[in-house]
Amino acid sequence: MEEIYAKFVSQKISKTRWRPVPPGSLQTAETFATGSWDNEENYVSLWSIGDFGNLDSDGGFEGDHQLLCDIKHHGDVMDLQFFDQERIVAASSTGCVTVFLHHPNNQTLSVNQQWTTAHYHTGPGSPSYSSAPCTGIVCDNPEIVTVGEDGRINLFRVDHKEPVRTIDNADSSTLHAVTFLRTPEILTVNSIGQLKIWDFRQQGNEPSQILSLTGDRVPLHCVDRHPNQQHVVATGGQDGMLSIWDVRQGTMPVSLLKAHEAEMWEVHFHPSNPDHLFTCSEDGSLWHWDASTDVPEKSSLFHQGGRTSTFLSHTISNQANVHQSLISSWLSTDPAKDRIEITSLLPNRTLSVNSLDVLGPCLVCGTDAEAIYVTRQLFS
Amino acid sequence: MEELDGEPTVTLIPGVNSKKKQMCFDWGPGEMLVCETSFNKKEKSETAPNCPFIYIIWKDVDVYSHILRKLFNESHGIFVGLQRIEEELTGKSRKAQLVRVSKNYRSVIRACMEEMHQFAIAAKDPASGRQFSSQVSILSAMELIWNLCEILFIEVAPAGPLLLHLLDWVRLHVCEVDSLSADVLGSENPSKHESFWNLVTVLVLQGRLDEARQMLSKEADASPSSAGMCRILGDLMRTMPILSPGNTQTLTELELKWQHWREECERHLQDGTFASSPRLESLCKIMLGDEAALLEQKELLSNWYHFLVTRLLYSHPTVKPIDLHFYAQSSLDMFLGGESSPEPLDNILMAAFEFDIHQVIKECSIALSNWWFVAHLTDLLDHCRLLQAHNLYFGSNMREFLLLEYASGLFAHHSLWQLGVDYFDYCPELGRVSLELHIERIPLNTERKALKVLRICEQRQMTEQVRSICKILAMKAVRNNRLGSALSWSIRAKDAAFATLVSDRFLRDYCERGCFSDLDLIDNLGPAMMLSDRLTFLGKYREFHRLYGEKRFGDAASLLLSLMTSQIAPRSFWMTLLTDALPLLEQKQVIFSAEQTYELMRCLEDLTSGKPERADPDAQRLQDDDIETTKVEMLRLALARNLARAIIREGSLEGS
Repeated sequence: MEEIYAKFVSQKISKTRWRPVPPGSLQTAETFATGSWDNEENYVSLWSIGDFGNLDSDGGFEGDHQLLCDIKHHGDVMDLQFFDQERIVAASSTGCVTVFLHHPNNQTLSVNQQWTTAHYHTGPGSPSYSSAPCTGIVCDNPEIVTVGEDGRINLFRVDHKEPVRTIDNADSSTLHAVTFLRTPEILTVNSIGQLKIWDFRQQGNEPSQILSLTGDRVPLHCVDRHPNQQHVVATGGQDGMLSIWDVRQGTMPVSLLKAHEAEMWEVHFHPSNPDHLFTCSEDGSLWHWDASTDVPEKSSLFHQGGRTSTFLSHTISNQANVHQSLISSWLSTDPAKDRIEITSLLPNRTLSVNSLDVLGPCLVCGTDAEAIYVTRQLFS
Repeated sequence: MEELDGEPTVTLIPGVNSKKKQMCFDWGPGEMLVCETSFNKKEKSETAPNCPFIYIIWKDVDVYSHILRKLFNESHGIFVGLQRIEEELTGKSRKAQLVRVSKNYRSVIRACMEEMHQFAIAAKDPASGRQFSSQVSILSAMELIWNLCEILFIEVAPAGPLLLHLLDWVRLHVCEVDSLSADVLGSENPSKHESFWNLVTVLVLQGRLDEARQMLSKEADASPSSAGMCRILGDLMRTMPILSPGNTQTLTELELKWQHWREECERHLQDGTFASSPRLESLCKIMLGDEAALLEQKELLSNWYHFLVTRLLYSHPTVKPIDLHFYAQSSLDMFLGGESSPEPLDNILMAAFEFDIHQVIKECSIALSNWWFVAHLTDLLDHCRLLQAHNLYFGSNMREFLLLEYASGLFAHHSLWQLGVDYFDYCPELGRVSLELHIERIPLNTERKALKVLRICEQRQMTEQVRSICKILAMKAVRNNRLGSALSWSIRAKDAAFATLVSDRFLRDYCERGCFSDLDLIDNLGPAMMLSDRLTFLGKYREFHRLYGEKRFGDAASLLLSLMTSQIAPRSFWMTLLTDALPLLEQKQVIFSAEQTYELMRCLEDLTSGKPERADPDAQRLQDDDIETTKVEMLRLALARNLARAIIREGSLEGS
């Protein structure tokens, strides 16, 4: 982790996301999207870290990221997800959900689909409603699931103007984030420390399962599912704690790890090397959690890049302890053994790190100090 | 009241004829509201104002610049780092740290200036191009002043090195020479280039004698007639004694050598060595510090402080800091020659040369359109312990006053308020109060933003603000019919009164609908239930329903009874509770013991006897009363039967 590039962009960054690389390709990440918040005018922007294209006239050096294009976004960008290679879904504080389409030929963004009142409050006894911020989205082509402060869950299909399914009052408190568990099932986290699993095959407004932190009701802000083991889930809470859950068993987290000093805004398993986990927080820190037991062997795999190849070689090289890795290093974690290695990735902490994303050897994060940090050598 | 330091600037409000109309205004933290009044002295008939707008006037305009936001954000990090510099750090290491911090600030200004320059070039319409250009010159002036302050106040260079620093300072800021040099050297025949002699002269003026010598050798190659003279002048340039950073020679040694060198130069001039080449002769004169010769190069010097440094270089290379202001003043006078009066920048630099820090800061505050510069510079100088003696007659000391102004400006901005927090933190006297006043006024449009504001307050133990923010959010949630959210917020605020209010809403909804909403929250209240009696009741009452649902009738019954006897349940709710007891009384097995049944009866009697007789019963109420009476009678019957069964059962149990 030697080179991390910072760029000040004159807008507070709420979300950063890598554009997915086409499956099977050996390309590394080179384009990412950002969303801004709390500006008078907010934008969804696309950036390139490649060495090609329009370098700044004042000599943007290698590794510095350049703006490709941007488009105005009404309200704060609360969440941002790539739907596919060209389309980006943005959640707004106005309760609107927008699909933007990127035209690579002339480097522009345009609105492809929009649900303006996806999330809203209904006032007591009156039909009038006011908008409610949409707080989280998750995409699984062709479906988009959104959650909001109104406790509502929407299931959209990208080509349908009307929602396919809406669960009103799914939660009595604010839903903060959502992720897919297994295909018709989603998992949400809320502001009273609960994980709820919803099955779209079931009718009604009741979750199929509720898991919760004991007693304290600490709000959960983010959730990510293990890329290979779908029952393993990581969440981050208001107190900065990292919780690892096994949704198959029990209603309580498997392990609680003391982490940041303030709200954990995002948690991400590394998509192709899930023994690595990344978290960022309101306290201005960005952490890399390494739970792999044989660090040197695995890190060498990463120079090959590409998702599929890494995964294959991972299982082959570790054939001796296949069983071990099936149990997942996250579930077997015994805090007393201290097997997780934690590194802080940002040199000096300042304002909140709101978002991060990892893809291959690349990491991008955005802060309230209006800077975007990018590194391309995560595992060197 | 002190006298004014300068003419206040006039801001014209578009659309308002200030000669005819009156205006009213109101102060805000960083801005002012202005509108036209309908007041009219002479003609009473005309009342409608001509200008239907309310204008917001910004005090600190630069805060709103898109590019300068980078300056604010990046320097914020440096500022916070500077505050954390250990106080114990003393002597050399401390000074080195402070110089490093100062250089960081300057590099941020430079980066900003370069970007602004790019924008100025790329600007499509001339007006915005001009605006960017003027910003560039302001930033450039800021950097110039900062750099000089760094040399004089932070570095505190002694005689000798002082001049080297000043030379670097001039070289950094009069940088046209580099492009000129590239231009000349890039041409086919450099010595015949029209700017060749200008280049050589500028190099000599800036003391870049090695480069000047190389240029001269080109001239020597090109024209053999002057080769000899060029060689002699080149030798003079080579042998000029200068202080090099690694050298251990003393100042007296240097001065001695320098005197010798100077005498040699003078001899050449008197001997007329360069008589046949006026250009070389003038160069030699410059190297002797001849003021007339220097002033001839006014164009190339471009400003008086360049003139000052060149003059010092060739006539007083070991100038002491304390003598600087004398030379500075005379240089300024000579350079301007009475033709023009000094500008604000000149006054600021002059104040710096006079080591009058307060004057520097004062002049900067007046001349610059932002508080960024003075706030950060003053803070840095304060860390150098240069400002301790100075206290203002209002507020706190000067550092704090300026930081507060700057931070208030940030808070007035739509999104830079987060930066302001740290500045307030480092104002020991009034920072906290200011933060408290500002933080409550931040609009909270999403919960995520509210959480960020709450975190700021909680970290600083600002309990009053935490309460008020949570209350705002709870109120909002109630208005949006989000009772669960409202309850969560009032629990977080530990606001018992509001929790009671929300609990009542829950109970009312239950009475209306016969079922609970938001069970996920109520079932998981935990210790938070103790916040208010009503909330405890809500939680316990829900627990009763759960027990009942699970067919644990015994537990359910004693819980129900304890809710009434312990007075947790509000009296208005007793009837509902007693009605809830009905199915338990009607169960096959006896659930309420005789003693419990007595208690229930007492509760019922309390409730019915306490009711005042109504004087004028209307029809609706009669019907309500009817239902009520039936209910009471049913209860009495059920209680009596249960009592009978319980007595028999208890009696037979004792007997057996």
